[in-house]
Amino acid sequence: MATTVVGAREIQPARFWASTNGKKAVMAVTGFILLLFVIGHVLGNLQVFEGPAQLNAYGRYLRAVPEILWAVRIVLIVSVVLHIWASIALATRKMQARPVGYANRENVSSSYASRTMYWSGPIILAFVIYHLLHLTAGVVHPGGQFIEGDVYHNVVAGFSVWWVSAWYIFSMILVGFHLRHGIWSMFQSIGFNHPRHTPILKKAALVLALAISLGYISIPVAVMTGLIK
Amino acid sequence: MRVTLKIWRQTNRADKGRFVKYQVGDVNPDMSILECLDVLNEQLIERDEEPVAFEHDCREGICGSCGFMINGVAHGPLPATTVCQLTMRHFKDGAELLLEPWRARAFPIIKDLTVDRRSFDRIIAAGGYISVSTGSAPDGNAIPVPKEAADRAMDAAACIGCGACVAACPNASPALFTGAKIAHLGTLPQGAPERDRRAIHMVAQMTAEGFGGCTNIGECTGVCPKEIPLEVIARMNHDFIWGSWRERDNVVTTMRPFTEWSTGSKFQINEQETD
Ligand code: SF4
Ligand code: FES
Repeated sequence: MATTVVGAREIQPARFWASTNGKKAVMAVTGFILLLFVIGHVLGNLQVFEGPAQLNAYGRYLRAVPEILWAVRIVLIVSVVLHIWASIALATRKMQARPVGYANRENVSSSYASRTMYWSGPIILAFVIYHLLHLTAGVVHPGGQFIEGDVYHNVVAGFSVWWVSAWYIFSMILVGFHLRHGIWSMFQSIGFNHPRHTPILKKAALVLALAISLGYISIPVAVMTGLIK
Repeated sequence: MRVTLKIWRQTNRADKGRFVKYQVGDVNPDMSILECLDVLNEQLIERDEEPVAFEHDCREGICGSCGFMINGVAHGPLPATTVCQLTMRHFKDGAELLLEPWRARAFPIIKDLTVDRRSFDRIIAAGGYISVSTGSAPDGNAIPVPKEAADRAMDAAACIGCGACVAACPNASPALFTGAKIAHLGTLPQGAPERDRRAIHMVAQMTAEGFGGCTNIGECTGVCPKEIPLEVIARMNHDFIWGSWRERDNVVTTMRPFTEWSTGSKFQINEQETD
């Protein structure tokens, strides 16, 4: 008879969400939904360069059928909630996983964007809340009157205030960082990684993140420089 | 050459621990850093001081016993090299090196640079094996294995279980280690029948151990002495996701993590379970 120490065995049903891997898979899927939204949103926004008529018509078009609008909003809200919930759980585990920290630890092979996801995420959340109050609800609208339905006017008036523009530009840079890691990372989390395709994917993630980020930034810059007024 | 070693000294888990500076003269550039520690320890013993505890066994980079942080990098600055294979000529004469143990909740410290890595053993015990019938050895070529599968399995099998991936990970996640075993066995036909089961059990044990979760940062692969690629983590995620679906009605068994030793353990010895 062996006299080894035996840790008690625990029998539980197979649980997907309990594991960090399951949470990352959820983050990948919800992140993908949010990525689609972010792409659609920037393409829609760029119509500001085609003048007030076009942008306001687009605004009306989005709100034409309230049921569709709300269906999309609910999907987005659920995605955001799950994405944040999973990330809080992962962050909590991270904090508990190394109670005694290193005197010195160097990074050798990771990207800045990947290491700062826990920073870029919450700041983007703060931005989204501000943005909804600013241009969707119109409650916080420095720089003039918020006119329901006159999207073009609201955008131009809003971005004429320098710190509003600065805050938008800063947040969009962080969105770029978040996407630069997130776009390839979601494939990794759902189990796709290939020695030949993943390097291409990482480059594509960088290009897409840059394009989205610059697309958004172009609008406050255009307002500030007087290109659109 | 001569070096200054700033080493983490901690008598036991109750001790708080501190860095202590040692000057080591007479260092042969061709000796490994472990041999450098041997030299230091001889001097310490002569001076009637407690030698530095560090783990080692093969000293040829294949057993996975050794490992600590050198100047903030697991296994030191040379890629694809364990500390036992890291020779002193890679450092400048007069260099100051900071030696620190792996730090993770699931790797509780034993003494100085030695940590308890039994959490890895429990992850392997949870599913890092294939079930075979005992008896006479089967014919070597009875199961055909495609060359590419054999190569990929072999690359993943190179993991020596040193724990550097956990040590370097900002999340303290063992995903590279667990993924390596899942990819190694799951790629081969012998491992296929238990593929789903293996993934969900090893992941469940990993969760039970109090490691952090992988967020695809990729520090692990940069310090891994066997250069295990991040691909194996994706492989684990793939097997885990599909396994969770296909095994959704089954149970998983995990072992409660224990960090005590058999003397003075608070766990009861259950004779039925151990005989
Ligand atoms: S994956 Fe690499 S770093 Fe991690 S335990 Fe295995 S050999 Fe060590
Ligand atoms: S002592 Fe065996 S790998 Fe270093």
